Amino acid sequence: MTTTISPGGQVGRSVPRLEARAKVTGRAEYVHNLRLPGMLYGKIFRSRTAHGRIRRLDVAAARAMDGVHSVITAEDVRRVIPDPYYGPAFHDQPILAIDKVRYVGEPVAVVLAADPHIAEAAAHLIVAEYDELPAVFDEREAMTSTAIVHEVLRPAGTFPDLKHLEGRTNTNIALDFHLRQGDVDAAFASAEQVFEHTFQTQQVLHVPLEPFVSLADATPSSVTIHTASQSPSFVRIEIARLLRWPENRVRVKTLHLGGGFGAKLYIKLEALVVALSLLARRPVKVALSMEEQFYTITKHASTFRIKSAVAKDGRVTARHCEVLWNGGAYADIGPRVTQKSGFTAAGPYDIPAVSIDSYALYTNLPPAGALRGFGIPQLVWAYESHTDLIARALAIDPLTFRRKNLLRNGRPQATGTIMRDAEIEAVLERLAARLDWNRPFDRGAGAVKRGRGIAIGFKASIAPTTSIASVAIHADGSCTLSCGTVDMGQGSDTAMAQIVAEVLNLEAEAIAVIHPDTDVTPYDMATLGSRSTYHMGNAVRLAAEDARDKIAALAASLGLPPGSNLSLAELFRRKYGMQAGTIIGTGSFIPSYSPPDHSTGLTENATPFWMIGATGVELEVDTETGHVRVTRLVNVADAGRAINPRIVETQLSGAAIMQLGFTLFERMNFDKGQVTNASLADYKIPGMHDLPLAIESEFVPAEQQGGPFGAKGVGESATFGVSPAIANAIHDAVGVRLTALPLTPEAVYRAIRAAAGDPLGEE
Amino acid sequence: MNARTIRFTLNGAPASAEIGTHQSLVEVLQQRFDLFGARESCAQGLCGCCTVLVDGTAVSGCLFLAVFADGAQVETVEYLGAGERLDPVQQAFIEAGAFQCGFCTPGFVLMTRQLLDENPDPSDAEIGHYLSGNLCRCGTYPQIVEAVRLAAKKRKA
Repeated sequence: MTTTISPGGQVGRSVPRLEARAKVTGRAEYVHNLRLPGMLYGKIFRSRTAHGRIRRLDVAAARAMDGVHSVITAEDVRRVIPDPYYGPAFHDQPILAIDKVRYVGEPVAVVLAADPHIAEAAAHLIVAEYDELPAVFDEREAMTSTAIVHEVLRPAGTFPDLKHLEGRTNTNIALDFHLRQGDVDAAFASAEQVFEHTFQTQQVLHVPLEPFVSLADATPSSVTIHTASQSPSFVRIEIARLLRWPENRVRVKTLHLGGGFGAKLYIKLEALVVALSLLARRPVKVALSMEEQFYTITKHASTFRIKSAVAKDGRVTARHCEVLWNGGAYADIGPRVTQKSGFTAAGPYDIPAVSIDSYALYTNLPPAGALRGFGIPQLVWAYESHTDLIARALAIDPLTFRRKNLLRNGRPQATGTIMRDAEIEAVLERLAARLDWNRPFDRGAGAVKRGRGIAIGFKASIAPTTSIASVAIHADGSCTLSCGTVDMGQGSDTAMAQIVAEVLNLEAEAIAVIHPDTDVTPYDMATLGSRSTYHMGNAVRLAAEDARDKIAALAASLGLPPGSNLSLAELFRRKYGMQAGTIIGTGSFIPSYSPPDHSTGLTENATPFWMIGATGVELEVDTETGHVRVTRLVNVADAGRAINPRIVETQLSGAAIMQLGFTLFERMNFDKGQVTNASLADYKIPGMHDLPLAIESEFVPAEQQGGPFGAKGVGESATFGVSPAIANAIHDAVGVRLTALPLTPEAVYRAIRAAAGDPLGEE
Repeated sequence: MNARTIRFTLNGAPASAEIGTHQSLVEVLQQRFDLFGARESCAQGLCGCCTVLVDGTAVSGCLFLAVFADGAQVETVEYLGAGERLDPVQQAFIEAGAFQCGFCTPGFVLMTRQLLDENPDPSDAEIGHYLSGNLCRCGTYPQIVEAVRLAAKKRKA
């Protein structure tokens, strides 16, 4: 790992997390811990039908139970929020189901009680009856199904590329994104060889160990929402819209988050708790159980058909990608995944002709949104498995084949945007060097075969949006940073403090960072898509520089010569005659960006920066059981210049371990739309025993122009290559190709038996 | 609701509370004693976030009924870092950067202490085995193993 310490000594230093002591002593503050006087708990009664009209909803028995404050239905909600539909891309999600339900687990009613056990017991007494409607679960079927999840499409109006969908009926397509670069048909017609494969990913879950929790304290004229949210500014705007109130009457506060991973984005429980608190005229807290997380937000299942034209010399001359994203019953941010990630579906390769069709689809499953990679891991899974298959078919070494086709700086990506500061080549070469790719590889003995594989992926910054920060210098010279970036474990508080400290020549540990509070911290679009280091990092740097300039102006106003080393406290004292005063520096940042053309998907400026991640795997396959044991997992990334090397490294290994679960065993199982494994007993996430024998993480020397001190985002990069690298290594070991995740022992064993001409029976 | 008064020792001091017999220990610690270091996550005793020591043994506080704490010595993570000086295990977790969101950290800290009490010099395999009942969704396991090794060294010093 290369570490560059800056002149101030703060950027590039592995500062321990500012909240480290609070976290190891159990005293870190989470919304989970919060109680308010007079507070009620809400427990949700949920749909047991995947798609149906609500014929009868009987809450009488629940309402009559001792200790129940009230039972709230959609009808009640409408008394305080007349048009109770929310969502970042579509206003399609009702606070409580209205007229019909669209997935098993959809909230239908809420019981309020001072004792959460009573609320829960009463919720079991609610009875609902439905007239069942035909349901659709599979994304391929949703393209043409006569089962329609939403009668009319209601785009939110926030995103220009969704406007054409307004009022559409009789469709489950929530967004169609198309990209056309070069003459794809001609390239396929003249190709030496054409390869076509279809890959699938499964629906999985974020599983933050702190389940969703929101608490609202409303009065008729104002509301404070305490919520474990990655996007407090968005919550404020959305709640203000729903209530038709100005933003300044809605206050949204967060504390530390016990994990987010994209789950706690946009708006989840917040509109519900606001409605409940307005109706009850008391504070209301809704804290979901682990099971309920399975009914709230998930990661898209997907089907990706990819087809490549290859010339005699092994160059890929054209590629067609068709990606179907299973968005579940409500759009959440799925349409953005479809477009923002869709445009990189052809991979980090220099391909002259590319066509991409990417579709967001409604189905009758729990909604899907963003999960650590915003669709990119699904895409890399397909294009890097495909790349490996082509290389094998052409009998070219997979590393050589990638080198031949790699997208290099100065060349146009499929959108037409010229690649800059994207260390794709350096990342691939560093991975190859670490794996010692040219040395002979031990293939194992007996029933246990060994194999190795590589994969590389890239991601655009999906949200070139606004971040604003302010830095306050107090009269004793100490410093407070106000920024809306939510520290959900990624270490942003610490990294932002390092940026302030670097500019102001202070120790990072001495900077206080305020938890997001929309009454105090300025606007920030959200903590998502690895955008914060770059966007908020720039805003924070600008705010600190503004404060620094104001300090200099203060010194000058006192007649001090430039460079005078009077302490800040003394400056304030001379100015105000006592320990008094505040200097406030502000910074606002939005990068330049050109949205893609609606019909061609082309743009000269698709993203302010690119994230690159590659993974190499060495593994063993037990041919008698199908069990895969990863013996070595190597992750290499381009993180720009690391603000905090230790935290960057932890982000890389953590992301890869999370993706390891999505690769080898995690899968939500369904029976007619009902999740059948909604608990940690049945849905396994990686534990100590699932770790590879060796896990190595590294970032290459890099500098992101326009990034704060050359830095850029890194939280998702190590997820990109894990799944295909493992599938490629399994193929290398035992000669079978798996095209659907997860790569369970059963799936591997079935493939081995099928390849041997002795297939097992149906599952 | 069946109510009962329990008396026990909590973090070294006598404590009592009138509780419902259906209430879990973690619920009582949070609601009656404002101790939030043990926290419910999976509610099935599978993730380790709710780890509490009862008579010196780690239990899943989400499954352990509070009535059974009657007469027992109960210790939570808050007891460790209560003074000026952190426990060597806590210090090692900080130095190794062995947490991200921190929600699972108290459970890992308590289990690591118990591990090192039983086995002052565990191998990596022994560490992995002993901590396999604690989950970290941020995937900070490599750093946690490093922290346990470091804590073992610190305790010997």
